[in-house]
Amino acid sequence: MAIPGFSHDYNKEELGMAAHNEVSLGDTYFVSPTFLFRWEESQNAHVLLYPEGIVKLNDTGGAILKCCNGETTVEEIIDELEALYQADRDAITEGVIKFLEVSHAKGWIRIAS
Amino acid sequence: MPKVGSELRLDGEGKPIWVLLELTYQCPLQCVFCSNPVDFDRYREHELSTDEWKGVIRDARKMGAMQIGFSGGEPTLRKDLEELVCEANDLGYYTNLITSGIGLTSKRLAALKEAGLKHIQLGFQSSDRDTANMLAGVESFDRKLSVAKEIKIHGFPMVLNVPISRHNIAQVPEIIELASEMGVEYLELANVQYYNWALLNRDQLLPTREELEWAESEVNKARERLGDAMTIFFVIPDYYEGRPKACMNGWGSIHLTIAPDGSALPCSQARSIDTLEFPNVREHSLEWLWRESPTFQKFRGDAWMKEPCRSCDEREKDFGGCRCQALLLTGDAANTDPACSKSPHHHLIQQAVQQSAIPDKHVGSLIARSSSHRLGRKAT
Repeated sequence: MAIPGFSHDYNKEELGMAAHNEVSLGDTYFVSPTFLFRWEESQNAHVLLYPEGIVKLNDTGGAILKCCNGETTVEEIIDELEALYQADRDAITEGVIKFLEVSHAKGWIRIAS
Repeated sequence: MPKVGSELRLDGEGKPIWVLLELTYQCPLQCVFCSNPVDFDRYREHELSTDEWKGVIRDARKMGAMQIGFSGGEPTLRKDLEELVCEANDLGYYTNLITSGIGLTSKRLAALKEAGLKHIQLGFQSSDRDTANMLAGVESFDRKLSVAKEIKIHGFPMVLNVPISRHNIAQVPEIIELASEMGVEYLELANVQYYNWALLNRDQLLPTREELEWAESEVNKARERLGDAMTIFFVIPDYYEGRPKACMNGWGSIHLTIAPDGSALPCSQARSIDTLEFPNVREHSLEWLWRESPTFQKFRGDAWMKEPCRSCDEREKDFGGCRCQALLLTGDAANTDPACSKSPHHHLIQQAVQQSAIPDKHVGSLIARSSSHRLGRKAT
């Protein structure tokens, strides 16, 4: 057999799954075991690899997922990005929460606590 | 669902980010929709050696490949599968095994886990024993069920891939239920694509529009019910879409298939374009055949396009569709894929669709994959 379906779209995660679960500042997340998150030299970026798919992350996305280790709280992620990018805390908070919401909805991350 | 700003769609940047190794075309099954070449038996004597496969794995990784699929035929028939998976895993690939499950034992699954295998895609035919065995050409249903359980016991993420045709489309709700009980992460209800064995059997396989719409509504109900416990992909056959699929994300764009004999193909179906010569890894470097070989450059980009693709504002979206389908149905691989309603050959697709609506089709006329079958490609 071959892989029917693959030829349609190698990056299919826009299908399925609706967002739920609000993000709380005390939550901690971890990368779902179905996904492999790592630095990819040839793309000069962090990537998420999973069955039949690849997501290339931008700098902030990569920085946030790096903190999804089951220990770092959302608030600590915001602290970390604030130190990293020296930007407005409200904007960073909004960005981090939105990214976590989407990542959770897509099944990339799960809530640890 | 919210859109995410930090997610960039990979364009591959000219790298073969997805490499598919067809380790062998040998397979214990005889599926009527098999996408292997109709003359698959010819390749038996010429399979690459372990060291040759390892060379391919290393070279592709150097060129930026990240996903690797071990496929076939049935890849578990190769005794060196674990060794090749281990090599790929050590190099940083995400390793995928695409299997019928027939050759998988608990012992082999443990060895594959040890080798670093990340995911198993199990091909499945039906939730009904008789239908499954009929479509696969051999008794395989019970074996597959127990293999699915073993795969989950060993903790692999799993995609259950069920090629959908008129013979099993009515079972979509039961198939979803079965997949959910198995605990698979992804269920791919992939409507059969019509090449090779499937094209020979097209009149007996293509579902009707009504059947597809019903199945899709059942999928949507199940998505609602199951939430994010299982992701269901439902891939509609391009015959019904009015626009062609963005086949392989474009020719020679991100995808590289290596056939059992070392031939490099832009997709696993590409060999049906018999006017092309496919460069072999035994004779050329991977770098050369990907970047320089005439075959990989043939339909890359959009300079090769004819009308109506050439001036179409969707040409960067679907790349003119599938080259193999254009050849198989219109006689010229450079034509617009006839699945597109703008194609002057679209009536060929519409005829097949009309055929599908004729109710009097018989299972008995399905042609099972076998080495003795010599019909060749003529299927229309």
